[in-house]
Amino acid sequence: MSIDLSQFHQVFYEESYEGLDAMEQGLLEMDVEAPDDEVINTIFRAAHSIKGGSGTFGFNQVAEFTHVVETLLDEVRSGDRAMNQSIMDLLLVSVDCIRSLLQDLQAGDDPDLTQATDLKSQFEAILNGESASSESVGEVNSEDNTAEPIANEGGGKGYKIHFVPEETLLQTGNEPTRMFRQLAEVSDDCIEVSANLERLPSLTAMNPEHCYLAWDITINKAIDRSEIDEVFEWVIDDAEVVITEFDLSDSTIEEQASEQIEEPIAQAVSSEVESIAPEPAADKAPVENTAEKEPAKAKAKAKASTPESSSIRVSIDKVDSLINMVGELVITQSMLGQLGQNFDITRVQRLQEGLAQLEHNTRELQESVMKIRMMPISFVFSRFPRLVRDVSRTLDKKIDLVLSGENTELDKTVMEKIGDPMVHLIRNSIDHGIEMPDVRIAAGKPETGTVELNAFHQSGNIVIEIKDDGAGLNKERIQQKAIENGLIDESTTLADEQIFDLIFQPGFSTADAVSDLSGRGVGMDVVRRNIASLNGSIEVSSETGKGSRFVIRLPLTLAILDGQLVKVGEEIFIFPLVSIVESIQMDDTAINNVGGHSDVLQLRDEYVPIVQLHEIFSVNKDEPPADDNIVVVVETDGEKVGVVVDELLGQQQVVIKSLEENFKKVEGISGATILGDGTVALIVDVSGLSKMSGTSIKQIDSAHKAA
Amino acid sequence: MAKILAVDDSASMRQMVSFTLKGAGHDVIEASDGVEALKLAQGQSVDLVLSDVNMPNMDGITLCKNLRQLGTYKFTPILMLTTESAGDKKMEGKSAGATGWIVKPFNPDQLLTTIKKVLG
Repeated sequence: MSIDLSQFHQVFYEESYEGLDAMEQGLLEMDVEAPDDEVINTIFRAAHSIKGGSGTFGFNQVAEFTHVVETLLDEVRSGDRAMNQSIMDLLLVSVDCIRSLLQDLQAGDDPDLTQATDLKSQFEAILNGESASSESVGEVNSEDNTAEPIANEGGGKGYKIHFVPEETLLQTGNEPTRMFRQLAEVSDDCIEVSANLERLPSLTAMNPEHCYLAWDITINKAIDRSEIDEVFEWVIDDAEVVITEFDLSDSTIEEQASEQIEEPIAQAVSSEVESIAPEPAADKAPVENTAEKEPAKAKAKAKASTPESSSIRVSIDKVDSLINMVGELVITQSMLGQLGQNFDITRVQRLQEGLAQLEHNTRELQESVMKIRMMPISFVFSRFPRLVRDVSRTLDKKIDLVLSGENTELDKTVMEKIGDPMVHLIRNSIDHGIEMPDVRIAAGKPETGTVELNAFHQSGNIVIEIKDDGAGLNKERIQQKAIENGLIDESTTLADEQIFDLIFQPGFSTADAVSDLSGRGVGMDVVRRNIASLNGSIEVSSETGKGSRFVIRLPLTLAILDGQLVKVGEEIFIFPLVSIVESIQMDDTAINNVGGHSDVLQLRDEYVPIVQLHEIFSVNKDEPPADDNIVVVVETDGEKVGVVVDELLGQQQVVIKSLEENFKKVEGISGATILGDGTVALIVDVSGLSKMSGTSIKQIDSAHKAA
Repeated sequence: MAKILAVDDSASMRQMVSFTLKGAGHDVIEASDGVEALKLAQGQSVDLVLSDVNMPNMDGITLCKNLRQLGTYKFTPILMLTTESAGDKKMEGKSAGATGWIVKPFNPDQLLTTIKKVLG
């Protein structure tokens, strides 16, 4: 029976990555001095499973490497070896190493074994050095080579087996008759079995669950001794088994020969032998793999870029509540169905009640379905202890990471995309925010700095805070840098928030600024852009000497949006509600033409560039522009844009459909939705719009000054 | 055809074992740890139990001890799937009442050959 093991590979990868995460987490929370048994067990189990799986599925390089890791862990687990910092460091690096081996394999590449080989020799040095056990590494492969290639030697030997099981043998689930059957199979029925009744007690003294019989078995065929050993392998400690060889007499051989002619058993033997003979999964699988490799390669590559998004784990609670909702929905539906069968006007009241019920059910169902995609943010948070540990070690800083709100849930897609910006922010906090221990002591602060991560829900958004008690942002340096880079004038006076906000401006940080800037600003524009692409926002506040606080706000999901519907000509467009600052009615006089080509709106003491939505999207507008325009002021990347529309309609939640997947990418449009009456409305991409308007505050400011 | 209870905390191993056994015409019940396996075992009898040793919540050795306490599992073959080639794990399994063991890594053919030893 041939089974294609590659069908289990995806599951193996997924669970191995999970196992590696568990190992990493366990190692990080472990107290090196007094490791918790359960934590060590968990780590050991994870390594053990990865080794077992990788061996089974033919990933021998992984199995071999994991074997040494497991051996060391086993010694720690059984108390033969004390945990120490260097072992812990080695284990952590090994986790990374195994992960990268697996990623290579998953991508269909040959894994790079340089690191593994290096680490393996380090493990071996530890294992052999002070040594509790010195299991060889090769064992993972050799251990199942119990059966040796079968050599049918010369004239051959038969076997006499004296088999006296312990009385309790049956209670281990072993069954002598099955064993005889197996012996008969391997010896092609050239077997004689006689029972020895000596031990049989009287009927009254007999325990029906005990085995009192003993047997003498003669095998009149030259078979390999290992075949017999295998049969008795499991009972060898529960029985007296004496195996003696004897020369098969000529007559028996002849007898046997004639038998062989009678029955075409030779084939049966060889096939049996084949299946028993050790054929480690490894030998086979790579062959299968290579055959399949080429076509599979491209596919695997594509997958590798988003390895974790292919499946999702949902708690039973959520599924149950979903089933419950659907049940409610079915009840409401049948209620309405009944109502419709002989409907008359007197029952309008009940119809309305039913419809209200339906609306209620639908909303609940929608919320429940959305919840399926929601996962606790601990999935993102869990990678930070390691990051903080590694970065602070490199920098020789002492840092405590405090996590709270790990159970706050957010959409899986959002979660996958928020990890990188957060890494960036945390790295910056440690690198630029927290001071060196001696500096901290001199400033009267505790030697160990603190980075706090917090997540919570707030009015339909998830808020993530990253707070440190470091030196805070250096206003002067930021201002100076901004002037150098031409972001602001020397004469510009800015409020603190505006200064801090400069770090998010593209072009704020230049390569040489990265290393010598004591504040922050390393690629912060990228962070803001990534967060903005999730319809989120980021703000920073800071106090010199006390630390900084970054606040990220994200929508709970990317699938639904709170939108403001507006009308332009006959078309309906939708603005994300979060991006709208205000909507005002303006007469033409408030709109000035600056510099000959761009319109700006004077909004109190600010100038805001104006975009005509109908011009940008070429919407036919029959009526001449009304005297009083409606301007929707939206904000993106810290810049305001006024968008002129005809009419403000209602606000509603809309389900976002991708325009790119269903049509093609359109500049200034982030997606589409279907409204209650079935018409399609486009969702405006506010940041795209401001780019398309071709003007920015700076240009307007300077134009205004010039004017 | 036999009814087999397969216990392993690793989903990929469980799938592989289960797929192999089903392919050979057996009925397979899956459990992801000893606690779950014991719960499943209490409601029915099976012809064979295949269990991993290292599992969270309840390991294979403890499962084996507990199964032998149940009347219906007194003589049921219980095979441990183990990577430990060392004797003491095997002994521990034996003294807990395990029938035998299969050493990991094994391939589907080896699995089928081995279970033939205890079925029927």
